[in-house]
Amino acid sequence: MGYVLEVQNITKRFGGLVAVDNVSMGVNAGEVVGLLGDNGAGKSTLIKMVSGVYHPDGGKIFFLGKETRINNPMDALFLGIETIYQDLALAENLNVYSNIFLGREKLKKILGMIKVLDHDYMLAESKKVLKKLEIEIPSLKNRISMLSGGQRQAVAISRSLYWDAKFLIMDEPTAALGITEQKKVLDLVRLLRSQGLGIIIISHQLHDVFSVADRLVIMRRGEKVAERITKNTDPNEVVGLIVGAETVKR
Amino acid sequence: MNRNSDKRKSLLVFLGRRWALIFLVIESLVFSFTTEAFFSLKGIQIVLFYGTTIFLLGTAETFVIITGGIDLSVGFVMGFASIVSAKLVVMLTNMGVPPAISILLGMLITWMIGFVPGYVNGSLVARLNVPPFIATFSMLGITHGTSELLIRGVPAKNLPYLANAIGNGYFIYLLPGKAISFFNKPVIQRGELLLEIIPNMVVIAFVFILIFAFLLKRSKFGQHIYAIGGSTDAALRAGINVKAHLIKVYMISSFFATLSGTVYMLQYVTGKADAGAPFLLDAIVAVVIGGASLYGGIGTIGGTILGCLILSVLETGLRMMGVPTFDKYIAVGVILILAVLIDQFFPELIHREE
Repeated sequence: MGYVLEVQNITKRFGGLVAVDNVSMGVNAGEVVGLLGDNGAGKSTLIKMVSGVYHPDGGKIFFLGKETRINNPMDALFLGIETIYQDLALAENLNVYSNIFLGREKLKKILGMIKVLDHDYMLAESKKVLKKLEIEIPSLKNRISMLSGGQRQAVAISRSLYWDAKFLIMDEPTAALGITEQKKVLDLVRLLRSQGLGIIIISHQLHDVFSVADRLVIMRRGEKVAERITKNTDPNEVVGLIVGAETVKR
Repeated sequence: MNRNSDKRKSLLVFLGRRWALIFLVIESLVFSFTTEAFFSLKGIQIVLFYGTTIFLLGTAETFVIITGGIDLSVGFVMGFASIVSAKLVVMLTNMGVPPAISILLGMLITWMIGFVPGYVNGSLVARLNVPPFIATFSMLGITHGTSELLIRGVPAKNLPYLANAIGNGYFIYLLPGKAISFFNKPVIQRGELLLEIIPNMVVIAFVFILIFAFLLKRSKFGQHIYAIGGSTDAALRAGINVKAHLIKVYMISSFFATLSGTVYMLQYVTGKADAGAPFLLDAIVAVVIGGASLYGGIGTIGGTILGCLILSVLETGLRMMGVPTFDKYIAVGVILILAVLIDQFFPELIHREE
């Protein structure tokens, strides 16, 4: 099958500690994969190798079928792999559209030579992408500090998507949100899936992962211990896999 | 809840956001009635003339404070620049270079040298993770000591007369109904009224302040300064080269301090190690009054200039009233506390987007 993103036998060591041990997994276009595991299982390390923060010590990464080296976060962004971290990394003092365009600001020339920020363009484009995602934010001129947690998450997602993301990694997207907002973010994930993106979600909220993920990959102590189709398993089995109790049960 | 309290709230918001402007107006009115000299062409220009140093140092500090840092070295970098430029001008004149060219060259070379303390400050902060307070405090000591070594207790002197003519000249001279001239002071008959409009140094200061205000407000470079001040992580992940950017910001700061030093050299026709020392507090206070947050991310040059005007009016007004300078320090302290309290208790009043 043609995975959007695939890692084969990927390994990462920190000194004597093997954080990720020989892990292989892949994600299809239009598929949501939940990456599960207890703290220290190696989920974040695995993700950070894909997003260019860490370099793997072994194994290969394939993107759109081609073997790829991702040396830094800019490489990943350039390929179309966007990562939304738990802390979102938005500049709270800037407004919504400035955050969406941060680092990639649209400029226009005045007096034929001086390049200045093109606020109108960025505002209009941001409106479009938010509309496409069915996100409502009262005013895009509001600073991020005035938005709710769910709205911030939405801004972080729209920032990724505006830049033609083909693959999205979400680290605990619902952790800091209220119940209604969690639901909205999950709806957004489903919408993105329907638009053909490959998505990895890391979350401790099993309920959320079960409601949105097509497939589950479970890690423990750096190793991939299981892979399940979501509808063929249940939270009890998965919890067992996460904590390593399934051997006791059987 | 009801319309009346809504109205009252929006009035409060209106006043809260403009408290500095309102303060400036009230302050100016008070001095207009209590002194004869304040409310006049001359009086207002004295405010601007004495304000030049705070305008420039305030602008320097605004850039650094928006990134969440602080630059304590601006005062002594300014003194250092006043000495270096004075020495250079004297040296060049003694070598037979015409005064106008020695002054121009002396200032240009000093501006180039002025980037060095900023580069060092910025590198310490950005690359070696030294807290801005410590890095720039050390630079304060280094520039102070170097300045004293350069002059060995004797202020730089024997500058050409032209320096004085430029530093204390005016942009426009007007003989009402008869003549107008730029930069050149016309010879006048006894009893004729000559209007002098806008000190030269204020013109120079504002040319640079306006350019850099534009840069901060409208350019990508300026936008990234705000982003770094708001969240270094966000800036990093957006692909901004945060370290290089911070170094540039500290270089802008020390450039403005240096500019202020060369302006001082022309205004007072000398170079002094502690030329800018008393203005460090004023510069920081002006930035805070102007609505900037010491935590970074918020602040404007326009706001800072307003803050500078409040301090300069206060200084000039109290002097005209014959009040000793100590009272000014007390007043500045009180205003600073007022500014910070308003900021702390009504943040949503002040920092809300339109």
